Amino acid sequence: MDAKLKKELQKTACKVRMGVIEGTYNAKSGHPGGSLSISDTLTYLYFNKMNNDPKNPDAPDRDRFVLSKGHTAPALYSVLAQKGYFPEEELKSLRHIGALLQGHPCIHIPGVDMSSGSLGQGISAACGMALAGKIDGKSYKVYTILGDGEIEEGQVWEAAMFAAHKKLTNLVAIVDNNGLQIDGPISEVCSPEPITDKFAAFGWHVITMDAHDFDDIDRAFTEAESVKDKPVAIIQKSVKGKGVSFMENQVGWHGTAPNKEQYEQAMSELNAQLKELED
Amino acid sequence: MADVIKKATRESYGEALKELAEEYKDLIVLDADLAAATKTGIFKKAYPDRFFDCGIAEANMMGVAAGLATCGKIPFASTFAMFAAGRAFEIVRNSIGYPHLNVKIGATHAGISVGEDGATHQCNEDIALMRTIPGMTIINPCDDVEAKAAVKAALDFNGPVYMRFGRLAVPVINDAASYKFELGKGVVMKDGKDVTIVATGLMVNEAVEAAKTLEAEGISARVVNIHTIKPFDKELICKCAKETGLIVTAEEHSIIGGLGSAVAEAVTECCPVPVVKIGVNDEFGHSGPAVDLLKEFGLSAENIVKTVKAALKK
Repeated sequence: MDAKLKKELQKTACKVRMGVIEGTYNAKSGHPGGSLSISDTLTYLYFNKMNNDPKNPDAPDRDRFVLSKGHTAPALYSVLAQKGYFPEEELKSLRHIGALLQGHPCIHIPGVDMSSGSLGQGISAACGMALAGKIDGKSYKVYTILGDGEIEEGQVWEAAMFAAHKKLTNLVAIVDNNGLQIDGPISEVCSPEPITDKFAAFGWHVITMDAHDFDDIDRAFTEAESVKDKPVAIIQKSVKGKGVSFMENQVGWHGTAPNKEQYEQAMSELNAQLKELED
Repeated sequence: MADVIKKATRESYGEALKELAEEYKDLIVLDADLAAATKTGIFKKAYPDRFFDCGIAEANMMGVAAGLATCGKIPFASTFAMFAAGRAFEIVRNSIGYPHLNVKIGATHAGISVGEDGATHQCNEDIALMRTIPGMTIINPCDDVEAKAAVKAALDFNGPVYMRFGRLAVPVINDAASYKFELGKGVVMKDGKDVTIVATGLMVNEAVEAAKTLEAEGISARVVNIHTIKPFDKELICKCAKETGLIVTAEEHSIIGGLGSAVAEAVTECCPVPVVKIGVNDEFGHSGPAVDLLKEFGLSAENIVKTVKAALKK
């Protein structure tokens, strides 16, 4: 990947992470850990991959995105704010009464293509969008991000079977494999592993990816584009809480908001990262 | 007297889909391995490119329907009521109801008249479940004519609609040439002043028959057909409460949460009168021929007559 572009994406991802912290801190609730683990991928999708235009969020030929792991809405909202779908200021009222930004994605928010949050459902909606594209002979793509805990839901595998059988080659499902779910490591709760083998067995083209390396992200999505006969599953190895030292790989940060002290520390770390990128 | 023509409303559903497909280009049909039973097979045969079998996976089917609707399609997600409203309830709520998407749910094999398949497939809870979803429209047609009109009305309406159809062939009581369907409006099938029988689905015909018997015995019964259970025609029901002072409801559904509950909820606010509910009591069904089960569970003109008389005596 072009070094300049890579740096721009890294800077944007850093700002997206700041938005996650800003949002969850002001909300006094929410899910920072899994939001931070998908921040780089979301940044890449919205700033370098997807055909999307904040001035025309309902354009019929746009690429679609469904956040199946809807609890990580802070990351989606933050990337949409960076992109200009709504003012960044909205992040400060995330989850508040009367606010635009609901606790989980809502289709009425500019840029949000589907309401989601009850796990396992987003991928089915993404399948429907992909099927509509096939029926109409459109060239748009549909992207969805699932959690690795989320794929314990049976509906995910109904959708996986459907997508392969209906040859939804315009669908890319990303599994955020940060290894942690609310009750603990996925390997201890009710392991969905081996994830790659499962998707392959369901008839998907499977790609593994480092979720925090833009060169690797670019490689994975470029490979995804070359696949013409199957839906694509990208299993991204990620770090829950990525970018904030004390949140990294800590299950406790799945659904806990930072307090004032933690907020300040997190923002100071992210500011330092941004400054380093800007130098 | 002409022979009574009987037809199952699931048959009407399949035929209506086929008949309307030419005019409504965005209409597509989803099924979950039950096309022969839900009668979407009729549509499939005529429009194979617009029919998608989702396999035995109703949760995913509802989600796929939601995704299709976001792209301007009008999907008819079809399966038995038990799986549409029961198994897939939370997907219908969160992926269709909450975003208020233009998905039509064709739920066949509703109620006890499923017959021999028994309790696991006799869905007496779907109206209750669907009523709790904000913005969900619920239509429970009484015969072939009304069922076909309901499918068209659902197509012309932008938003989620749950349509309830039956397995059993039931008498065609409406005249196709003159029939007009108005979403959300109850239909007075017969006027009367002593009692109002409010019925839905296949119980409408039983109510009409019961009213004839009551008439012969000097009891003037009004019969109201509520085909749209949500939005509910409160205005008409309150008027009936005021004018007749007694309501008996009749539905092929649990007495908990269905038509009877909707009627009771309405009249307690506008004109509290006794509401006696006929429906499946708080129990599961069992196997048997549909017509025998309907009799056994009191879903008959005879039981309506008996219930009305007992209520008037009180």
